[in-house]
Amino acid sequence: MSAPAKLPRWAEFGLLPLINLAVALVVAGVIIKILGESPLAAFKLMATGALGTQEGIGYTLYYATNFIFTGLAVAVAYHAGLFNIGAEGQAYIGGLGTGLVCLYLGTWPFWVVLPLAVLAGAIFGAAWAFIPAWLQARRGSHIVITTIMFNFIAAALMTYLLVNVLIKPGQQSPETREFSTNAVMPAAHELFDKMGITVVATPLNLAFGLALVAAVGVWIFIWRTRWGFALRVAGANSAAAVYAGISPPRIIVGAMLISGALAGGLGLNELMGSQHRILMDFPSGAGFVGIAVALMGRNQPVGIVVAAVLFGALYQGGSQLSFDMPKINRDMVVVIQGLVILLCGAMENVFRAPLTALFARVRSGKGIE
Amino acid sequence: MSKEPAAPPSTPDAPPALELCGIDKRFGAVHANRAITFAVAAGSSHGLIGENGAGKSTLMNIVYGFHCADSGEIRVQGRTVEIGSPQQAIAAGIGMVHQHFMLVENFTVLENVVLGVEGGALLAGGLAAARAELGRLARDYGLEVPLDAVVSELSVGLQQRVEILKALYRGAEVLILDEPTAVLTPHEADQLFAMLRRLRAQGKAVILVTHKLREIMAVTDRVTVMKQGAVVAEVATRETSPRGLAEHMVGRAVLLQVEKRPAQPGAELLSVKALEVRDRLGVARLKSVSFNLRAGEIVGIAGVAGNGQSELLEALAGTRAASRGEISFGGRDLVREQLDPRARRALGLAHVPEDRLRMGVVAGFSAADNAILGYHDAARFNRGGLRDEAAIRAACAAKMAEFDVRPPQPELRLAAFSGGNQQKLVLAREIDADPQVLLIGQPTRGVDIGAIEFIHKRLIALRDAGKALLLVSVELDEILALADRILVMNGGEIIGELARADATEEKIGLMMAGVRAEVSP
Ligand SMILES: Nc1ncnc2c1ncn2[C@@H]1O[C@H](COP(=O)(O)OP(=O)(O)OP(=O)(O)O)[C@@H](O)[C@H]1O
Ligand SMILES: [Mg+2]
Repeated sequence: MSAPAKLPRWAEFGLLPLINLAVALVVAGVIIKILGESPLAAFKLMATGALGTQEGIGYTLYYATNFIFTGLAVAVAYHAGLFNIGAEGQAYIGGLGTGLVCLYLGTWPFWVVLPLAVLAGAIFGAAWAFIPAWLQARRGSHIVITTIMFNFIAAALMTYLLVNVLIKPGQQSPETREFSTNAVMPAAHELFDKMGITVVATPLNLAFGLALVAAVGVWIFIWRTRWGFALRVAGANSAAAVYAGISPPRIIVGAMLISGALAGGLGLNELMGSQHRILMDFPSGAGFVGIAVALMGRNQPVGIVVAAVLFGALYQGGSQLSFDMPKINRDMVVVIQGLVILLCGAMENVFRAPLTALFARVRSGKGIE
Repeated sequence: MSKEPAAPPSTPDAPPALELCGIDKRFGAVHANRAITFAVAAGSSHGLIGENGAGKSTLMNIVYGFHCADSGEIRVQGRTVEIGSPQQAIAAGIGMVHQHFMLVENFTVLENVVLGVEGGALLAGGLAAARAELGRLARDYGLEVPLDAVVSELSVGLQQRVEILKALYRGAEVLILDEPTAVLTPHEADQLFAMLRRLRAQGKAVILVTHKLREIMAVTDRVTVMKQGAVVAEVATRETSPRGLAEHMVGRAVLLQVEKRPAQPGAELLSVKALEVRDRLGVARLKSVSFNLRAGEIVGIAGVAGNGQSELLEALAGTRAASRGEISFGGRDLVREQLDPRARRALGLAHVPEDRLRMGVVAGFSAADNAILGYHDAARFNRGGLRDEAAIRAACAAKMAEFDVRPPQPELRLAAFSGGNQQKLVLAREIDADPQVLLIGQPTRGVDIGAIEFIHKRLIALRDAGKALLLVSVELDEILALADRILVMNGGEIIGELARADATEEKIGLMMAGVRAEVSP
């Protein structure tokens, strides 16, 4: 019955992620050293690049916005016992929904366009998650496999649409025309401007606020509603769910619809907030980073927001690095980011066992030996 | 069960097979083990008893490396050993059969037994060798198990045999059994004890944790009594009696049999006609079962485990689909309308599942969350679209007080409660829902004698309040103590019915073995 001892909460939610991060940085440092740069200088550059200037902070939070949406998407599915690898594709198709509203209804007033764009993003994202969910619920097709496949299908579909249907006439690159100004998310520096505060212009925009609202909403849903309770029961023990009159297939579909809808929020930030058009591959991996963010944030909304900001900083700091240190090119930055994802996400349990043993020993004053 | 002569005491200078010295363990505020010291000689068997939450499982889990003691020493054959994991315990020759089975449900018996000791990279060779070895063990100890059956398809009783085989296969010299008979029929229990005696005769040390005092009397040489984490008595079995042990345990005289008035059956509340259940392979597990339940009676279902009782309970509760037949309840046909468990609950049909850990609770959730499982949609636990946390907590606290669930902390994870206390919480949840019909599987599985007395009283009070109870228990004693009418199942059928007054252990035993009796009116 009893699993091996558990970690105290502060260690579980604070110490363990920090250890993972520290190890990732050490490994990254070794690589930087091998490349012939000073690791300390590099990290300092990354830190100041990400958090040392207004511009850096703006970019960091702008990246974080994407990660919050996808991280929440992964977390909701996780609580239902599902591993949603498809946030990337759901974000891509969700963004299509948002983009279509902005393209074709974008001349309406902003406060009308915004809710429609949010809704369309959610519906398109949810629809893309629905098929794998339905296949899992009814036919038992494993959701990990199907959501991965649906990422590829989403990419192919979007390429087709952008190249053949949505492309701006008379143009080479597969992109739509620009959204009209009514369909553009207010930028943070504009909002600050209205309050009489001048800040540097960055892509940070209102979508960051929407992401935070989504995080609060997810928290309330998961922990404070009976539907969230049913979802967690089904995720933790499906026999107990059946016993309690909770239908696991229905939970699978419901959880994936919510998950897809959350991933669909990415278009609000990326398209409405920054690019102002639909273009190829705009999620650019945020769906996968969302997995690491959810894992590192322990599938708790607060943790996800913190982890998303951390990964945002990593992205922003990384681009600064490739800018200022010629020996470290863009690809090396991707390698470093990948290391952090690997250690904080995929291998986040590696240090759990030794840490737990250590705690048991410290707590007892001496071991059993 | 006859008492065998105690095994010859090992030579005085031989070190004990297992010795615990000053084992101490706290879980936060709970002091689960207080400086526990005792020794078990090779070739003897040692009983460990105590109230729910006394710390028995904790102590055994420490010996088996699941928990780490805060202080204290474990010695095996006189040598101090460090046991930080089950692997180390197994290496030291300690085997354990858990209160809650630790089997991989979708593996076969054979695969479960060799799991972790496959012997070589290629499975096939190891499996063939294991098959031969297991055949030998099965013959020697009378532990027949279908080696190629998938564990999830086995009855609880058979799953336990797999656990025992697992420990023996790993070469255990000290075998710990934590409430092994909680799920066995008397006959199966006798077989188990015969096997334990054989083990003892071969010089192995056996530690038996149980709530059933007659088992202690039947099979152990010495008994240790625990209370609130500490050892309060250690006696030679020969020199004590069940009554004496009960008083040591509870600290007062215990009624070993609850009084009840004769039943006054009223209107029919539930009726079952020609009910049939098939398993995944299409095999009929329940064949044309018909009976009824009336207000104010307790109907007991007796039978050797695996003869359709579980399927019957599940089909009634709605957790398993019936393939044919009729269940009439509250003016509805539950089978034809395919009502799910939630709808059945709403009609007043509550269910205490046999295997509470698999189905009745979510181990990782708080006690409070578990206390509303199945009732989480009820208006009393929700307010304005959100869960009413205060009400949920208060309801759990009230149940804990009423059923003496310890520690009374609604926010504690369910897995942190002792087995008996988990069971009390599930019972509290279903009884407090005030159902018209209560289906109960193994109501007192794992609860201590003081609590059994209390639970039996509550069930009888429910009956006297005009409810109907359907009781499935592998404990014939329990059925005889509670039931007003007894149905005996064999091979998926009800092969006989006895009024309580006509029922004797012999009659029921014969019917359980498949001898038909004329069904009394
Ligand atoms: N992992 C844990 N975390 C916190 N408390 C625990 C944990 N495991 C056990 N406890 C507490 O330790 C005490 C002893 O529990 P234990 O399971 O050893 O009792 P037990 O004697 O086996 O009872 P039962 O007869 O009901 O099985 C209980 O109060 C229980 O709640
Ligand atoms: Mg126990």
